[in-house]
Amino acid sequence: MDAPSSEAVAPAGNAAPWTAPAVSVAPPRSFPWGKLLPFLGPLVLFIIWDVVVRAGLIKAILLPPPSATIVTLVTGLAGGPLLTDFGVTVWRTVQAFLIAAIVGVPLGVLLGSSERAYRSVEFLIDFFRSTPSSALIPLFLLIFGVSDINKVAIAAFGAFLIVVFNSAYGVINARKQRVMAAKVMGASRWQIFKDVLIWESLQPTFVGLRSAVSMALVIVIVAEMFIGSESGLGHRIIDAQQVLNVKSMYAAILSAGALGYALNVIFLIAEKRIVHWSGR
Amino acid sequence: MRVTNAAVVADVPVRPFVPGAPGTHITIRGLTKYFAGWPLYENFDLDIPKAKIVSVFGPNGCGKSTLINMISGLIPIDGGEILFDGKSLAETKIGYVFQNYREAMFPWMRTIDNIAYPLVMEGKSKAEVDRRMQELVASFDVKFDLNRYPYELSGGQQQTASIMRALAPKPEVVFLDEPFSALDYEMTLFIREKLQEVFIQSGTTMMLVSHDLEEAVYLADQILLLTKRPTKIAEILKYDDPRPRTVATLSEPSFISAKKLSLEIFQREVRR
Ligand SMILES: Nc1ncnc2c1ncn2[C@@H]1O[C@H](COP(=O)(O)OP(=O)(O)O)[C@@H](O)[C@H]1O
Ligand SMILES: [Mg+2]
Repeated sequence: MDAPSSEAVAPAGNAAPWTAPAVSVAPPRSFPWGKLLPFLGPLVLFIIWDVVVRAGLIKAILLPPPSATIVTLVTGLAGGPLLTDFGVTVWRTVQAFLIAAIVGVPLGVLLGSSERAYRSVEFLIDFFRSTPSSALIPLFLLIFGVSDINKVAIAAFGAFLIVVFNSAYGVINARKQRVMAAKVMGASRWQIFKDVLIWESLQPTFVGLRSAVSMALVIVIVAEMFIGSESGLGHRIIDAQQVLNVKSMYAAILSAGALGYALNVIFLIAEKRIVHWSGR
Repeated sequence: MRVTNAAVVADVPVRPFVPGAPGTHITIRGLTKYFAGWPLYENFDLDIPKAKIVSVFGPNGCGKSTLINMISGLIPIDGGEILFDGKSLAETKIGYVFQNYREAMFPWMRTIDNIAYPLVMEGKSKAEVDRRMQELVASFDVKFDLNRYPYELSGGQQQTASIMRALAPKPEVVFLDEPFSALDYEMTLFIREKLQEVFIQSGTTMMLVSHDLEEAVYLADQILLLTKRPTKIAEILKYDDPRPRTVATLSEPSFISAKKLSLEIFQREVRR
């Protein structure tokens, strides 16, 4: 109730027709300069970067000027070889993520709906979740050899654990009262599962998916660096570093950062649309 | 107004089932509930009359919620028997209104689908569901958009929807656990009136937990006063002023004396 109004108080007995409470007015527009604030940080960073290079505080062979880096980045992504490597990394990450999500979400939800089942595998999940996935690279090399599948497989594995964990906990921590409400309305166990538990787990599942895609990207790039690779951003970064092509290296690093950031934003937007009730 | 004493509690361990007085809807016999080894209810007997509103009032933590949750099957009982017109809970249609409406509605469904949910659970056809929804909208005189999601509604609107959901399948009994305590006063008054109207229309048996004595008496045919743990019946007061009760009822001598007596018993029990 926002605006108490005298006529809305229903006199006992002959209740006056009830009107919806007035919608609260949007707060006054904030200072328009506020919208530019997010650009301030990057701008300052670029200025410092530029000053540092110009003043020769860091050798140009280690740090190219920002303008040259941006030009390399833009031309590279506009159809240059950087675009090919970028595309390869995206595709590997997407594959790894899809495998993790398609296997992990249903498995997590199932495990979560039987607390005993989850408890019995909890240690395994927690243990491997705590193990840096990069430490498992040699193991995966043994299994899959130096192949493209290897990079996807290890990234999928790391992402999968995160997905399972979050989906399972989403179900386990479902609001007890909603489950009770469904129960009292005569819902069967299966109906409670499909009408309440799955929905309740959606929000934590999305948190899991978002962390999982970041994890997949990290592992894919690490794998591209150290598992003999002919393509991908990781390969490009290492290659450029070895021939001291710093402009190309920084451009590749920045594009990897942009990719990670974009993936995160995409998932945040998807979450907001799909789990529209989250936080409300 | 008449004061009846609490049901006689016998200490005999095994007792024959004693049916309630005529007009009893819910018979509770030998109800026992322990929490962490401590008794909350022990051999608790209670008759809930049919087509009446019983308000449950008692000290904080005495087990009001637990009582209606046990009757409605939300939490298991450790012993005893609860029958609805001689039937088990499974054979009885009930409705429940939670205090915390935010966590009682399903925010992924539109409000209208929330209200229709128990009907869908019963396997009602689309046409039957629509017909019942129209009845409900008419009898609650709904002025807000039921196609919105619950979180888009005000607290009072959400709780109204939640009461509509509880009443949708025409339950035999409706349980309400402090349904007004998360609402502001204005909303409380409004929904209280709606509830009374619906009760007059439908004559559904209701058990209402309330921590507001005025509200408890105002809506009640019987006020069930409970003691501190281990919980017993302190007193069952009858309050039979005619309905619809109005603002004028609040200043009737019968109302004032029922409220005063309830308060005295409550204070006696809290001090004990
Ligand atoms: N799940 C539980 N575990 C242990 N004790 C509980 C549990 N639920 C309720 N209790 C205890 O039982 C008593 C009655 O609780 P409740 O029915 O919620 O009280 P009321 O609704 O009358 O305030 C309280 O003392 C509470 O601490
Ligand atoms: Mg309570």
